[in-house]
Amino acid sequence: MKETPKKDDVEYWRWQEYRRVLSDKKWNNKDIITAGVDVGSVGSKAVIMLDDEVYSWGIMRTGSNSPESAKKALSWAMEGTGLRLNDLKYIVGTGYGRVNVPMANKAITEIACHAKGANYIWGPSVRTVLDVGGQDIKAIHCDETGRVTSFLMNDKCAAGTGRGMEVFADLLKIPIEEIGEFSLKVDEEPPPVSCTCVAFAKTEAMGFLRKGWSKEKVLAAYTHAMAIRMGNLVKRVGLEREFVITGGQSKNIGIVTRIEKALGVKCLPMPNWRESGLDPMVAGAIGAALFAKALYEKAQKS
Amino acid sequence: MITHYGYSNGSGEYYIVIDAEKCIGCTKCVVQCPQSALELVTLLIDLEDKTVAAVTEQHRRAIKYTCSPCKPESGKAPCVLACAEKAIWCVWNPR
Repeated sequence: MKETPKKDDVEYWRWQEYRRVLSDKKWNNKDIITAGVDVGSVGSKAVIMLDDEVYSWGIMRTGSNSPESAKKALSWAMEGTGLRLNDLKYIVGTGYGRVNVPMANKAITEIACHAKGANYIWGPSVRTVLDVGGQDIKAIHCDETGRVTSFLMNDKCAAGTGRGMEVFADLLKIPIEEIGEFSLKVDEEPPPVSCTCVAFAKTEAMGFLRKGWSKEKVLAAYTHAMAIRMGNLVKRVGLEREFVITGGQSKNIGIVTRIEKALGVKCLPMPNWRESGLDPMVAGAIGAALFAKALYEKAQKS
Repeated sequence: MITHYGYSNGSGEYYIVIDAEKCIGCTKCVVQCPQSALELVTLLIDLEDKTVAAVTEQHRRAIKYTCSPCKPESGKAPCVLACAEKAIWCVWNPR
């Protein structure tokens, strides 16, 4: 029997894990040190906060074992800082796997945490938050304190989510980080694909490729359909101009520009996370850490 | 906090909406629901745990089929009529 040799085993969907310590800060035990751990379906994020300021964070892929992923993300955020688990006064778990964060003092829904985190990153003017995660999409409306006033979550299908994009990255052999730029390399925006379901969209995409469409055009058509769909979710909870996108897909420029076009509003400018250290992907974990501080102080008073 | 339970897809928009600030957790809607699609859950509101009605996880993704026997578009679904606080309503727009 003869077999064709296995060619490249590049995993196009595989995104980079990263962490950050805001090095100009020093911690000591006088501070209220809290942590937020956001275990998503695709990524696990942990944030350490000193009083009201972000000290460090880490983002890792969620493995098949979510308690383990939560622990790993948190110890990654603490690595090299000299912090130990018992220096943390209060830990809040959030996200899809929030009930599986073993060291958490409390679990809070990610909706509340994302609004709080967005309020922290972009300031009190934020009213609408669209969180495009690995496996679901959340549209949130909040007030000037980051308190949720209305929200909806679509976890029925993976269309437009990080997972959907991973499927397309693999199908078209484009590294996941470049997929947004790539989808914008079209002279004219193609009409959106008719079916946004990831499974069927893949079949439809294959059809377009066979018809001779370029990869860019196929990706643009898919991203276009996603953006329209997400725009409709945002309209349902109430769109206000001060609009931001959080979650992994906030880094997908192809999605972001098309959502802006579908809604006719510009997102508030993304913080330069390499400089400020505030990554929109950790918004939920930042919110969780802020809740941790508030809950700790409340417990001290009573 | 107003929660939309449900989804929109190619066939329309289907949500059961519950306002956790108005909801007093009296269970009237839970009892009235012929599909047993409602339950009480604990939500953190202004740092306090509050017990309010919610659509069960199991029914959220199938809400179109779960709730259509009650004709949500009429505004007279049993859960809506049961609520004295006007804390529950439906957004039902089939295409």
